[in-house]
Amino acid sequence: MTPLTLRAKRRRSALVTLGFLAPWIIGFSVFFAYPLISTVYFSFMHYDGFRPPTWNGTRNWSYVFTQYPFFWPALRNTMWLVLVMVTTRVVFGLGIGLLITKIKTGTGLFRTAFYLPYLAPPVAATMAFAFLLNPGTGPVNHLLGDIGLPQPGWFNDPSWSKPALTLLALWGIGDLMVIFMAALLDVPKEQYEAAELDGAGPWQRFRFVTLPNISPIVMFAVVTGVIQTMQYYTQPIVAGKVASGIIGNAGQQFEPGYPEKSTLTLPQLVYNLGFQRFDTGSACVIALILFALAMAFTALLMRRRGGLIQAGD
Amino acid sequence: MTDVLTPPATVSPSLSDPARAVRRKAVLRWIAVHALGVAAALFFVLPFVFVLFTSLMSDNQALTRALWPHPFVWHNYVTVFRTPGFLTWWKNSLIYAGAGTALTVVSSIPVAYALAKFRFRGRNLSLMMVVATMMLPPQVIVVPMYLFWANQLHLTGTLWPLIIPMAFGDAFTIFLLRQFLVTIPNEYVDAARVDGCGELRTLLRVVLPMAKPAVAAVALFQFFYCWNDYFGPQIYASENPAAWTLSYGLESFKGAHQTSWNLTMAATMLVMAPVIIVFFFAQKAFVEGVTLTGVKG
Repeated sequence: MTPLTLRAKRRRSALVTLGFLAPWIIGFSVFFAYPLISTVYFSFMHYDGFRPPTWNGTRNWSYVFTQYPFFWPALRNTMWLVLVMVTTRVVFGLGIGLLITKIKTGTGLFRTAFYLPYLAPPVAATMAFAFLLNPGTGPVNHLLGDIGLPQPGWFNDPSWSKPALTLLALWGIGDLMVIFMAALLDVPKEQYEAAELDGAGPWQRFRFVTLPNISPIVMFAVVTGVIQTMQYYTQPIVAGKVASGIIGNAGQQFEPGYPEKSTLTLPQLVYNLGFQRFDTGSACVIALILFALAMAFTALLMRRRGGLIQAGD
Repeated sequence: MTDVLTPPATVSPSLSDPARAVRRKAVLRWIAVHALGVAAALFFVLPFVFVLFTSLMSDNQALTRALWPHPFVWHNYVTVFRTPGFLTWWKNSLIYAGAGTALTVVSSIPVAYALAKFRFRGRNLSLMMVVATMMLPPQVIVVPMYLFWANQLHLTGTLWPLIIPMAFGDAFTIFLLRQFLVTIPNEYVDAARVDGCGELRTLLRVVLPMAKPAVAAVALFQFFYCWNDYFGPQIYASENPAAWTLSYGLESFKGAHQTSWNLTMAATMLVMAPVIIVFFFAQKAFVEGVTLTGVKG
C-alpha cells in the first residue's frame, strides 16, 4: 500500500469518527463549554438581566460568602444530608439488598414492591409524603398518636424537615437495592462455604466475606450519593412549598428553605439568586462552587481503576 | 416452645434429632426472613395505598382520619381531568418525554459506538468528559443557558429549550450505551468490516440488533427523566402555563386545591401512573439498565 492511500484512508477514518461524534461535540460545546465559560465571566460581572453587564470584580464572591443569608445554611444542610441521608441510604440499601437475596418465596413480588417507589416521579412522591406526614391530618401522625409516640411536625418543623426528606429518600431505595443485589450475588459461593467450614457465624461471614467483596460497590454508592446530594433540588423545594402553603398563588413568592432555611440546598441558591433576586453574578458564583464540588467527587469516582469506566479493547 | 414441637422420643434420638434441628432452624430462618420482607414491603407499598385510598374519598372524609373510602368517589378523577390545564400538562409531558427520548437515543447511539469501538486519539479523554458532564448538576450552567434561550432565541415559555438539546446526545445515555457496547466482542464488528460494511452499516445491521436491551433501557431512563423533570420546566416553561408539564403543574394544582387532599392525591396518582405502567411492561430492560450503571464497571 502506498503512503498516499494510507494517509487518505486515515483521513477518511478520522472524518468518519468525527461524524459519529458530531452530535456530542456540538452538544458539549453549545450546551456545556459555552455556558460554563459564560458562567465564569458572569461571576465577575454585575448583571440584573436587563441593563448591560458591568465589571464587578470579586464583589459577587464576597457577597456570597459574607452577606448572602442562604449560603452557609445551604452548605450546612448539604453536610447534614451527606452525613445522614447518604449514610442511611447506603446502609438501608445494603440491608434491603441482603434481605432480597435471602427471600426464597415470592422473590419477584418482593423485589417489585421494594423497587417501585424509586420510580415515583420526585414531585409526586414528595406530594405523597407531604400528605402522609402532614402534622394535622396525615395518617402517619395519627398512627404515632395511637401508639402513644410524639407526633413531629415533619416538613413544618425545622428540626424534622431533613429527617422527613431522609425518610422520603429511603422510600426510593430501589436503585441501590438493585446494585447491591447484583453485587451480593456475585460474591463467590466457595468463600462462604470455606468460612462456614472454619466455623464462621453469620456476622463473621458478612464481615470477612461479604463486605470485602462488595466494598467497591459500597464506595460507588457513597460517592454517587454525595454527587446526587449536590443535585438535590426537587424534593426539598416541593416539600417546602407544599408545607408552607405558598404555591401557585400569583404574586406570592416562595422563599426557599421553608421551614427556617432548614431545607435549603446549593442548587436552590442558583434559582433564588438568578431567577428570584435577578442577581446573575452571584448565581454564577454558586454555580461555580457547585461545579467544583461535583467535579471533585467525580474525580474521586474515576480515580479508582476499573471503578466506573469499563476498559475498552 | 421447643418442648411442644418435639415429639416424644419413641425413635432413637441420636439419629433423627440433628436432622430435625437443622430443618427446624431452616424453617425458623425462613419465617424470620419473610416476616422482615413483609415489614419492608409494607413500608414501600403503604404510601401508595394511602394515596390511592385518599384519592377516592369525598372532600369531607379526606380530612378525617378514615383510611377506607366511604363512599368511593371515582368522580375525583373526572374532576382532576376537568381542571383547566391538566390535559394540556399531560400532553406537554408526553411531547417532552416522547420527543426527548427519541432524539436522545438517536443522537447518542453513534457517539456511544464511536467511544466503544473506534480507535482514535483522545478517546479516553472524551469518555472522561462524558462522565464529568453526566455528574454535573444542571444548575451549574442554567444561568447562561436561560439567557441564551430567552434573549437570543426568544423560546422561553415553550417546550423547545427542553427538547432541542436532546438532539445532541445525552451524557448519561452515551455512557450507559458505551458500557454495553464494549462488551460486544470485536470479532462481530471486524467481520462486518471485512465483509465491506461501512461503519454506519456495521452499526445499524450488526451492532444495534445485539444492543437492543441496552437501547431499551436507556430509552426508558430518558423517558422517565423527562417525565419527572421539574427543574427544566420550572426554568424554561414556567412563564407560560400552556407549556407546563405534569411534574411542574402538579404543584400549582395543589396550590389551587389547598384543602382538598383527595383531589391532590388523585392528581398525584395520575402523575405516577404512566411511569408505573411503563415499568410493568418493561421491567426486565429496566432492572438490567440499573445494573449497567454501577456493577458492570
